[in-house]
Formats: sequence, C-alpha cells, structure tokens
Amino acid sequence: MSNLDTEKIIPQVRRDILRMVHANNSGHPGGSLGCTEFFVALYYNVMNHNSNFNMDGQKEDIFFLSNGHISPVWYSVLARYGYFNVRELSSFRKLNSRLQGHPTTHEGLEGIRMASGSLGQGLSNAIGAAITKKLNNEKNIIYTLHGDGELQEGQMWEAFMYASGNKIDNLIATIDYNKKQIDGSTDDVLPLGDLKAKLKSFGWSVLEEFKGNNLNSITNTLKEAKELTFKEKPVAIIMHTEMGNGVDFMMGTHKWHGSAPNDEQLAIALSQNTETLGDY
Amino acid sequence: MEKKDTRSGFGAGLTELGEKNENIVALCADLTGSLKMNDFKDKFPDRFFQVGIAESNMIGIAAGMTIGGKIPFTGTFANFSTSRVYDQIRQSIAYSGKNVKICASHAGVTLGEDGATHQVLEDIGMMKMLPHMTVINPCDYNQTKAATIAIADHIGPVYLRFGRPKVPNFTDPNQEFKIGEAININSGTDVTIIATGHLVWEALEAVKELEKKNISAELINIHTIKPLDKNAILESASKTRCVVTAEEHMLNGGLGDSVAQLLSRSLPTPLEMVGVDDTFGESGTPRGLMEKYGLTTYNIIESCEKVMKRK
Repeated sequence: MSNLDTEKIIPQVRRDILRMVHANNSGHPGGSLGCTEFFVALYYNVMNHNSNFNMDGQKEDIFFLSNGHISPVWYSVLARYGYFNVRELSSFRKLNSRLQGHPTTHEGLEGIRMASGSLGQGLSNAIGAAITKKLNNEKNIIYTLHGDGELQEGQMWEAFMYASGNKIDNLIATIDYNKKQIDGSTDDVLPLGDLKAKLKSFGWSVLEEFKGNNLNSITNTLKEAKELTFKEKPVAIIMHTEMGNGVDFMMGTHKWHGSAPNDEQLAIALSQNTETLGDY
Repeated sequence: MEKKDTRSGFGAGLTELGEKNENIVALCADLTGSLKMNDFKDKFPDRFFQVGIAESNMIGIAAGMTIGGKIPFTGTFANFSTSRVYDQIRQSIAYSGKNVKICASHAGVTLGEDGATHQVLEDIGMMKMLPHMTVINPCDYNQTKAATIAIADHIGPVYLRFGRPKVPNFTDPNQEFKIGEAININSGTDVTIIATGHLVWEALEAVKELEKKNISAELINIHTIKPLDKNAILESASKTRCVVTAEEHMLNGGLGDSVAQLLSRSLPTPLEMVGVDDTFGESGTPRGLMEKYGLTTYNIIESCEKVMKRK
C-alpha cells in the first residue's frame, strides 16, 4: 500500500476509536488517539506479519501491547488490516465480546498473543518471544509499545536490564512519551527523569522520535530502529506524542486518558476526522 | 528407608526431559543450586536462562517463550514462585493460557531455619484459585521426578510444588504419574486419610500405628490438588464415613479446604484437618517445626481417633 493510501487510514482509525469509546461511555481515547500513527506505521509500513493469524507467529514479526488500556486503537488497526471483520468493533467492551476492555487471548481474538492491562509486563513477554525466535533460528523482530507512566513499574527495569545483559537484539520497544497519566503529568505523579540517559545507561540503543504523530516520521524511525537490530543491543524508541491527537479539545490535557466523549463532543470530534474507509 | 529431597527429583526429571524434548527450556532466578537445576544447565546451556533476582521478569519471559512452541519450566522458591509474582502469573500465564510450568521448591515450614519470610504456606490456595491452573504437590523424590516428566505432556499452566529436606523415598521409581488421579496407598475401612506432599509419609507411619490399635485406615495420596480426584475421595469416604486431611500448608485454601468443599456438597462426612492454622512459621529444624505446628504422624493419629468418634 502506498504511503498516500496509508495516510487515509488514520482519520478512519480515529473515528473508530471515538465511536467505540462513546458507544460504551467507557475506554481510553487519549492514548489511543496519540498512538494512531504508530499503529498504522507499524502494521502497514513496517512489520512483516500475516493477518491470517496463528498464535505461534512463525516466520513473522510479533507485536505486544504492554499498555493494554489503549486497546481501541489496536482493535481498529487489526480490523482495518484484515485480522477480523470491522463490524466486530461495535462489540467493544460489551457482554460476550472478543474485544474486551483490555486485550486478551482468552476470547480468541485474532492478532492478540498476550493479555495486557496490568501494567509493566509486556517487555518481559516480548523478551521471551524474542528468545524463542532465536532458539528457532528465525530472523524476525519483536515489537512492543509501552506507556511512559508504565515505566514507573519496577518490572520494566528488570526487563530493560535483562534484555541488554543478554543481548536481546531482535527487540524494538517503543515508549509513548506523551508525559501524561491518569492522575496528571508524569512529572507531577512520579518523574521519569532523563529517560534517554537512563535507557542508554541500561545498555540500550535509543532513538528519539520527536514527531510521533507524523506517519512518515514514525515510519522512518521504526525503519531506522530495524537497522539497529541484530547488533547485540535491544533498541528503544522514545516517541513523543500528543495525547488525544486529532481532536482539538482532547489535546494538551490528561483529562481524556480514560473518559469517553458525550454525544455532542463525539459529533465535534468526528467532524474533525473524515470518514475515509467507511465507519463500521 | 533411603532419604532424598523432592527438589532433587525435580532436577533429575528436568534433565531427563531436556534429553527427550528440545522444546524444554528452563529459567531460574538465582537459585540454580537450590532448585537442583545445575545438571540441566550444564547439559543444555543454550536452553537454560539465568534471569537474576527478578522473578516478575522471569514469569513474563516464560510466558512469552511459549509463543513459538517452547515449554518453559521456571524455578525458584515457592514463596517467590507465587505470592511475589501472583499478578504476573494471573495475567501473563493463567488468563493468557500459556503453557508454562511453575516449579517451586522450599515450600512449607520444612524449609527450616530461614524462617517465615521464606516458608510459604498459602501457595496452594493462591494457585488453585486461578482458572486454568493445575496444582501438583508430590510426596517424595520418585513421585516428584515422575510428576516433572508428566507435566511436560500436559498442555497448559501447571504449579509444581516440592521441598527442601531429605525425606523417605518410598514410592515406586517406575510409577506412572497421571495428573488428577489419586493413588490409594493403603486400603482400610474405619477412617480415610487424604494426604499430600511431605505429609504422605507421616500418614503412612500413622496407618501403621493405627493398625496396632486395631484401626483400619485407608490412605490416599493426593498429588494433584487441582483438578481434584473427586471420585476417589467420595468412594473412600462413603466406605469409611470419616475423613482426615493432612498437608504442609495453611488450612485455609489448602487440600483440606478442597476436600471439605467436596464432602459438604456431595457427601456430608465428619472431617478433621491436619495443617497450619492461620499462623506464620518461624526458624527451626524441619522436624522441630513440624512438631510445633502439628504436622506429624502423632497429629494425624489424634485426628483419626477424633473424627472416628464423630461418625
């Protein structure tokens, strides 16, 4: 798919996120909107993967979403790519749905290989999958996404230490650096300090993406990260994003981390994002 | 009677598995010697992963390794295998349905001198509450080795609990280990003893003592606490009409608790439970601790006599 066509997916994914969250009056639109470009870049432009899903993912790249609360953006991109029918997006967070509030393998949704939601576990899971790739002599890459607030979990640092200490170099971990979490800014809640220096001192190759909401830019950064794999170091991307990106009144605040828009707010938000591929 | 530690049974079983199946991988959190994983590590260095003192990360890595077909065995003390990493097991292994074998040594008070910080007595309860989790607590070296080998063929998460001290190795080295199938060690008619782990040997000694008093005790070795062999328990209870459970675990949440649920629902029967009653352990010798916390042959005999009067 050409980059021009891929651009078209972005406003549609944003519409999906907004409509899913609005329909239940629950979910996490802020981080989902902020990571739309990342997901589209990863699934359409970067990862070597197959929408004909199998759990073992042999000969494929594998993605883990560690900050599982931004499930709406993942569900939308998986459906739009063809993992499952887009109509199923309407079941998000409803009874008997495969689209649980937080992602799970439990209901057999194609594209999901690990439950997430309780934070801080995805990097460990990814390291395990990366080791298995090596044991199976597969030259594939394991990708993860983490919230920046999630880095307050101690397990993340156990995993950072393990990955460099054991040269897990088929791993690219991206951190959604929007500097916001439920209770406020990360600086107010628990400062991350000089994150780049911390990750470097933990032995990682670190890239910083200042335009995480620009599809071309994040695509290029992910490709640059790919070039750094298989060089005896794990790779991290500190990805600056805007929480709530693409909806003017949701940007510049942590308020929309876990709150849904009402009818009027939804109408305004949708008016700012063109229906390019047809709503579900 | 030859004495051997159950953890060495685990180590021997793991090495045997490693030779048979190249998908077997092992992870340890800085307790390789204590878990008797050195032999596996030496023979299969490419399939052994030292994660350091980072149990949460170990559980997460093990879960991830299953994607692509590996069968991870994690090893650390029982306390650090359960309570320390409960949420990691819950989300990444149990809820995600991953084929990880959580292998836990130094369970219970017989860990001894290290004291209560290390003597987990709640692990069976925690693990049996998790959906999809199989919970196994073998009684001696031979049974632990057989269990270790058997769980590799079971697809799904397993908690395998064993211990530190050398205890009599009395079961058949060629036994067939079937998950969820209780073993009738002694047939009797007056009282049923249902025991697990180190307490099976204590119960066997109790059976001999009871015989001297003309009491015929049936002894069931329950190595699998979940899924529980309900038929074996109900069949025996309907014959003897009174039951004693025995375990090196807290009464709340343990084997006795599972048996009590089963009997009260399906076949109300007088029941006495030998186990630790809502208290932490402490430092001491394994034998001294078993005596202080009421986990010996004597306690089982006393409970049998008591429960028989309640028929």
